[in-house]
Amino acid sequence: MTTTDEPSAPGQAGAAGGSGRLGPPPWLALVFLLPALLFLGAYIIYPIVFSVYRSLWDAPGLEFVGLDNYVRMFTRPDTFIALRNNVIWLIVAPALVTVAGLIFAVLTERIRWATAFKIVIFMPMAISFLASGVIFRLVYEQDPESGLANAVITTVHDTFSPSAAYPDARPRPDGPVEPAGDVYVLESWAQPGRSVLVPLVGVSAEEVPAEAEPAAEAETRPGAITGTVWVDFTRGGGGEEGAIDPSESGLPAMEVQAWMDGELYATAMTGPDGTFALTGLEDGDYTVQLAAENFTEPYNGLNWLGPTLITPSIIAAYLWVWAGFAMVLIAAGLAAIPRDALEAARVDGATEWQVFRRVTVPLLSPVLMVVFVTLMIYVLKIFDLVFVIAPGSVRADANVLALEMWQVSFGVNDQGLGSALAVFLLVLVVPAMIFQIRRFRREES
Amino acid sequence: MTTQAQAGPAESPDLALGAPRRSVAARIVARLGSGAAQVLLIVIGLFWLVPTLGLLVASLRSPQDNSASGWWTVLTEPSQITLENYAGLLDNGDFVASFTNTVLITVPATVIIVVVAALAAYAFAWLEFPGRDWLFLGVVGLLVVPLQVALVPISSLYGGTPLYGTIPAVVLFHVGFGLPFAIFLLRNFFAAIPRDLLEAARMDGGKEFTIFRRVILPLGGPAIASLGIFQFLWVWNDLLVALVFAGESSQPMTVALQSEMRQFGANIDVIAAGAFLSMVVPLIVFFAFQRYFVQGVMAGAVK
Repeated sequence: MTTTDEPSAPGQAGAAGGSGRLGPPPWLALVFLLPALLFLGAYIIYPIVFSVYRSLWDAPGLEFVGLDNYVRMFTRPDTFIALRNNVIWLIVAPALVTVAGLIFAVLTERIRWATAFKIVIFMPMAISFLASGVIFRLVYEQDPESGLANAVITTVHDTFSPSAAYPDARPRPDGPVEPAGDVYVLESWAQPGRSVLVPLVGVSAEEVPAEAEPAAEAETRPGAITGTVWVDFTRGGGGEEGAIDPSESGLPAMEVQAWMDGELYATAMTGPDGTFALTGLEDGDYTVQLAAENFTEPYNGLNWLGPTLITPSIIAAYLWVWAGFAMVLIAAGLAAIPRDALEAARVDGATEWQVFRRVTVPLLSPVLMVVFVTLMIYVLKIFDLVFVIAPGSVRADANVLALEMWQVSFGVNDQGLGSALAVFLLVLVVPAMIFQIRRFRREES
Repeated sequence: MTTQAQAGPAESPDLALGAPRRSVAARIVARLGSGAAQVLLIVIGLFWLVPTLGLLVASLRSPQDNSASGWWTVLTEPSQITLENYAGLLDNGDFVASFTNTVLITVPATVIIVVVAALAAYAFAWLEFPGRDWLFLGVVGLLVVPLQVALVPISSLYGGTPLYGTIPAVVLFHVGFGLPFAIFLLRNFFAAIPRDLLEAARMDGGKEFTIFRRVILPLGGPAIASLGIFQFLWVWNDLLVALVFAGESSQPMTVALQSEMRQFGANIDVIAAGAFLSMVVPLIVFFAFQRYFVQGVMAGAVK
């Protein structure tokens, strides 16, 4: 990073500092350093010492308990979930973000509007986790009518498997149709060449599709059971139960099946006037059944903010925030790769994938490492996103160490356990601290 | 690949100069590949833009509309757009106060960090004193210390003083935890200033403070800008520190909005409009000083 010949590696300073003849006296340095040292001492060094000390005392800080708080940390169920989630975060998030950043950086390399793309991806880095959290709470709303994620998913889902049209339809309690598990069956047998009536109620006017026509009686046909499925309800009263009245509507697109001895013989869909024809049947007594698919609840998408998906959902939001960071650092690394190396490999007949895999990635590995380690440090301390996105009811399922530390220390006022958690977090970043110091000394020498 | 032989001699010599010769098929593949990459990037870009757009549109719809239908319905019914949420927010004394608090926390914290760090960075880069390099390595080590470590100790330290729950309490904490990175960034930049410039200034009998002010600060402008912008956004966006150390009357926007989150659906008007307002300043800073901000963030790698 530095380009001067200024000596910096420890141990060299005294020997190489020959040019200090004009330099100011050492005490002057203290004047320059004093404010910074006071802040660092009071806000970082002292707290580290105090936290270690405090973690050995009980909740109110009255009794010395040794390592009890550390034992509780691994045995207390709440804290254990936080620990487990942090492990999931550490395994998934840094790798995911680094890979995304690598892909984005490579893809944008030869695109003319790369700058615009990079600005869009980097933008979330400038806003608060709170704002990002609010943004994703909106995306993850359960109701497909208001949550974008479920709106997209249900649209895709319904395109490939249209959802049930009549979730509320049901037979009259004393009518000819009765429920059997998820399906509705006609009480009496039906034979080919006969026509049956399948009256249903409970379908509101809005639920009747626009293409529906007034119900009609089906004509009989040899070798087929025909019939009508309709709303047996005349608005404003009147009408005869179990019979088709003029103002009653057919139920289109209803799946009707003919069964005998537990085997399915024919399937048909009702038309706009509610009529159907189960064809190709030999003589016999069949059960006419309305399939379960007609009545199941409509598909409502995934429960993003539920206990199972909450951590993956928040990790996705984290990716949204941090991908720009990884992309920009990796793109800078890519730009520094000598073109000759890539061209040489291409001339030798390597495919683009081979060039990427064998030349680009190895040359990038120091940058990828820095990105990865940086992300690990931030992931370890993840707090805001979890706090904001997880609704109160699933916060325990989404818990992470930093959040647990805050809750324990300031929610239930157990500052002993809180300090132990803080010390644990500090211990976890020590490897990163060493990595950082080593990298710095290497760059300086 | 079979077209390679014919394509070779037919190509004009100047085309062959730059890149190695590529067959027509290879070029078509490359063109298609780039086309696919562009489509992919557009889709990815939408994934990044649309959620933010969703927040903006939601903030411009009434709570009733927001609970009844998705924000994307404005595409078909643009009449839903209203500024009522924002008007309500500006009439809300608590929210306006929290906005003021955010400014009152962020500006001093940024200024103090920059000044204190610049002084220290100068000493680390250009003054000789025993143990300098070890001390600086210590600062590098402090870069990664999680601020969680200081929450309990500092709150018990503040506990006995009137400082607890005030704006200075929050500001000072931010300064303490912002310093390692600030010193690190500025020291590396200052150390890269040509030695001759300093030697000449010293030769002319300049006092160290004069050299610091007249030589180092002007030359260090870009680094100071990066640091200032980075710290400004960092403090502006903070939730945790303010959650612990700010009181009812000193809470910034993030804390005020967070407390509304308990009833997300019912408070959507305040939350959406407030969250978007809290983003406006960072977004302006980001677009205006993009280069400096990106540099600051990159220097912050492995913090």
